[in-house]
Order: sequence, then C-alpha cells, then structure tokens
Amino acid sequence: MADSIRLQVSRYRPEEGSAPTLQEYDVPLRKEWSVLDGLNYVKDHLDSTLSYRWSCRMGICGSCGMSVNGTPELTCGTFLADLAPGPVRVEPMRNFPVVRDLVVDIGDFMDKLPRVKPWIIRDDEPEPDGEYLQTPEELDEYKQFSMCINCMLCYSACPVYGLDPDFIGPAAIALAERYDLDSRDRGARERLDVLIEHEGVWGCTFVGECTTVCPKHVDPAGAIQRYKLKAAKESVKAFLLPRGAR
Amino acid sequence: MSETEVQPRAYRRPVSTWWWLEKRSYFVFAMRELSSVFVAWFVVFLLMLTYAVGRGDDQYQSFLDWAATPWVVVLNLVTLVFVVLHMVTWFNLTPQATVVRLRGQRVPAWAIIASQYVGLAVVSAFVIWLVTR
Repeated sequence: MADSIRLQVSRYRPEEGSAPTLQEYDVPLRKEWSVLDGLNYVKDHLDSTLSYRWSCRMGICGSCGMSVNGTPELTCGTFLADLAPGPVRVEPMRNFPVVRDLVVDIGDFMDKLPRVKPWIIRDDEPEPDGEYLQTPEELDEYKQFSMCINCMLCYSACPVYGLDPDFIGPAAIALAERYDLDSRDRGARERLDVLIEHEGVWGCTFVGECTTVCPKHVDPAGAIQRYKLKAAKESVKAFLLPRGAR
Repeated sequence: MSETEVQPRAYRRPVSTWWWLEKRSYFVFAMRELSSVFVAWFVVFLLMLTYAVGRGDDQYQSFLDWAATPWVVVLNLVTLVFVVLHMVTWFNLTPQATVVRLRGQRVPAWAIIASQYVGLAVVSAFVIWLVTR
C-alpha cells in the first residue's frame, strides 16, 4: 500500500465569487483512516482555511455528508484505503447551495421537516396517566423509518430534488411514514393532506437512489411508494364513498 | 414559521441536461421511464390487430403482411426489449411499495417478486393455450 493518497477537494470562497475549484492535497494513507480523517489532516497540517462540517466521527450525527467521487457518502464511514490509489474527489453534497468549500446550506431541509408534522398527534383523547404503551411488534412496524439521522444524503442523491427544489424529499416523507406507522399516533390524515400535493409524494418518480445511499438503511423510496398507495386509496375512497363513510 | 434565508452568495451547481447519463442507476431509471412509450406502442399494435381481425380475412392478411415488413419487425423487437426491461424493473421494485402480511409475518421480498413471475407464467400459458387450441 502506498503511504499517501491525493485528495481533490472542492473549494468555494463566496467573497471571491466565481465557481468552485478543485484543490489537491496529499494526505497519509492509513488503513483505519476515513475520508474525514484525511480532511482533518488537511485542516490541521496543510491548510487551515478549509471549511467542512463534522462532529461525531461514528456515523450517527449526520453532519459529514459529502460527495465522494461523485457519490453521496458519510465521510466518516468511507475509508481512504477502499479508494486507493486515488485520487479521491471530495465535493459538497449536490442539490444544495454551497456556502463555502464543503459546507452546504441546509435551510431548505430544515424548513421542510416540520411540514410533515413529525411528532405524535393525539387530539381526541385526554393524556394517559403514564406513558402510551406499545408492544415490540408495534415498535417493529416503524423502527426502520425512525433510524434516519437527517444526513441529507438522500436529497443529494435524488435527481427529482435537484430539478425541482420544491419536492418535499425522501427523508421528510420517510419521517412522516415513521409517525403514521406508530400505533400511538392519530395524525395520518393531517400528514396526508401535506404529502398528497404535487410537491409531496407524487413528485417522486422512484429512481430509488435515496434508498441506495442511505447509511442507516431507512429505505425512503419504499416509504414514498407506500405513501402513494395510501394517497391513491384515499382518492378512490373520496370519489366513491359519501362524506360520512370515509 | 419563516422560511430560512438562503445565503446570498451561495453557489448553486447547475443540473446538466444529461444528468441521467452520470450514473448507471440514473440511466436505468431513464430507460425504465422511456419503456412506457414502448409499452403504449404494444397496446396500439394489439388494438390494430384486433381491429383487423374484426374486419375479415382480407384485412387480417394485409395487417399480417404489414407487420412482417422489416421496419415493423425491428420496431417490435426493440419494443420487446423495452417491455422486458419494464417488467423486470417493476417486478423488482414491487416489494418496496407493498407490504404483505401472512399470519402476522411480513412476506419476504423474493416471495413477492417470485409470485409475480408465477402470475406472468400462468397468464402467458393461458394466452398460448387460447391462441393455439
């Protein structure tokens, strides 16, 4: 194994205007080093002006998502040794405005999340004395969709979101499904009103890349298709049944 | 809730018209979407065949002659390839969209895919029997 590997890092300085450029750095190639370790080496030893987001280094905070050789990845879980001999192209996540270097503006995602009402909705009953009880089987129903860490790799992989930023997007819909499938929740109707819009589930054309890139195996594409079935059933019901029977 | 302001000097990377050539998975997706046009053509072809059959032997024979011309044969072969692509890709995607439960257990993806192929085989066998009996 060679003892170093070249990183081609996208640099964007808003004060200088113009488009991002690639800057090359040679970093040590160590078996246990991730792309994020490489970036930290650059920051500590080669170029302290490089900007990027990171926090936990163990695939749970969802901060260090970037485009590595064109693929959306958590850089803390992508190892340099697997990309040897390089070079490794590190760019900001696609489909988001770039603020500086590898840092993207996540405001749009933060605005979209609360629109699907990702909390337990119970407006018809008084609160119980203790907690709402749930069986392990009921937990299994939604557990997969609750594993999302908001890393936004799915938005970065989604060509629909790239072409139409109004699309509410994979993670938000998967999160809506997480609460819909929760036995304690009664808010499915309210969420459907948001997601049945054109920018909701019908924007999705089932490319499936969101599921492929998801580091937590949430399967947002599956959640969206299940929502489409739900939405279609509701539309048929609304057409066929009198108001009281829906 | 107020919309979060986009940074004024943020850089927006333009999306290329050819984005669907950038990755194999995007390309397969684009071809799957395109395959719908060919599925529609097979429907039209079948309707034309039915119409010709209904108008008597002469019309049916002239339809068969037209269908045997090289360009129609080539078009139908290309259509067949796209229809097979359409079928295989959609069969593979079905388990993601449908959750089937039997006796409390979720039916595994392979079983849902396999059942579609079984369904296809049964319908095909029936059509072959109907046409050749």
